[in-house]
Amino acid sequence: MKYIDEFQDPDLARRLLDDIHSTVTRPWALMEVCGGQTHTIIRHGIDQLLPDQVELIHGPGCPVCVTPLEVIDKALEIASRPGVIFCSFGDMLRVPGTGRDLFQVRGAGGDVRVVYSPLDALRIAQQNPDREVVFFGIGFETTAPPNAMTVYQARRLGIRNFSLLVSHVRVPPAIEAIMQSPSCRVQGFLAAGHVCSVMGVEEYPELAERHRVPIVVTGFEPLDILEGVRRTVAQLERGEHTVDNAYPRAVRPEGNAAARAMLEDVFEVTDRAWRGIGVIPDSGWRLSAKYRDHDAEHRFSVEGIQTREPAECRSGEVLQGLLKPHECEAFGTLCTPRTPLGATMVSSEGACAAYYLYRRLDLTPAAREATPVV
Amino acid sequence: MCLAVPGRVLDIEERDGTRMANVDFGGVVKEVCLEYLPDLQVGEYAIVHVGFALQRLDEESAKQTLELFATLGMLQEEFGDPWEMAAEAGGTLPPEGEGARL
Ligand code: SF4
Repeated sequence: MKYIDEFQDPDLARRLLDDIHSTVTRPWALMEVCGGQTHTIIRHGIDQLLPDQVELIHGPGCPVCVTPLEVIDKALEIASRPGVIFCSFGDMLRVPGTGRDLFQVRGAGGDVRVVYSPLDALRIAQQNPDREVVFFGIGFETTAPPNAMTVYQARRLGIRNFSLLVSHVRVPPAIEAIMQSPSCRVQGFLAAGHVCSVMGVEEYPELAERHRVPIVVTGFEPLDILEGVRRTVAQLERGEHTVDNAYPRAVRPEGNAAARAMLEDVFEVTDRAWRGIGVIPDSGWRLSAKYRDHDAEHRFSVEGIQTREPAECRSGEVLQGLLKPHECEAFGTLCTPRTPLGATMVSSEGACAAYYLYRRLDLTPAAREATPVV
Repeated sequence: MCLAVPGRVLDIEERDGTRMANVDFGGVVKEVCLEYLPDLQVGEYAIVHVGFALQRLDEESAKQTLELFATLGMLQEEFGDPWEMAAEAGGTLPPEGEGARL
């Protein structure tokens, strides 16, 4: 147990681990949905502290990773236009589109700005009435309400030069898609805590029942993950499959009612393509008809973009939990955080990046050569 | 971007008809929108994501989380200069006139 001293409360961590070790009698495969959880797991070596029978499979919960290449290319195209101020969260700067990224667009003279909050982008629009300001609206149910509020405010304040390039995604349809895949091995889910802070847990009982899979709402700090695993394994061992909230300090069962109401007003559910995975029905949001004026795709015609995914990249399988990052041939050789082939290597929450940064095991010989020993 | 960080409300004011607050994240102060937690008061803690308070948090959990994030360098990741971080990740220099230019 070489990492356990690094836990915030090592005694509690040890107790949780002991409990898991003494409960487990058979192999179980659990998926953590959120990329932040993947990061914590690899950073703290949690998967190595767990009994061998408990396997953690990394899920698709990294918004930067699942944004489709086509949308990235649209962003790059809009950001390159004269007169446009393109605003984004910092994580999107290095996500490779076909041939370039936002960082390079800025280097080539595009007015790309990083904001902390979408409301900062709205303020930029207010201050620059003669320019078109576009905000790159990606993310799961945690990020969608802030972006929805920003569009609502733009409309309310009559700020016409502000638009959103929307690519929001929703977790429950992704869980459904994962469970429906014939190669699915997942037997229990650690649901993403902050998504549930907004959405509550209402969407999960039906999924848990239909697929007979426990879903445990889990935070993303090391002890939260251990507690989530402990409760999921306990359910599996007892043959149960219910929804359980292991993150009550941040998640109320009903979520955040004001945020949910705003989501319903500003967005409508739509099919969405996930990078590397393909289209998942009803898995995303787009602006509802009332707010279509603020849709960047309508304002700038960016149709007919040809995308080209690097053939070597297997991030789709990584995102669905079918492949571990180091099993990809390009891992650590052709593909590193400096020369990322796929978004799962570039985003700090991506599984490939987490393995590259913190993981030293099971590398292919070529990758072992190329991977720095951390 | 996925990270949601607990912070403490320092003061609250109405701006353009929107309830906004200055929130302290272990030393970094940012402007935060309170529209989704309209009854949050000065001195209380909340989980904040991209400038929006999303859920109340008790003081003790908030402090523990902040302490953990500080130890792991995650506050720096969240609030540091994104151009510099992107440049570092790519092994290049930040483009001309870097910084958020707000
Ligand atoms: S290691 Fe790189 S090439 Fe392989 S799946 Fe991950 S991002 Fe794609």
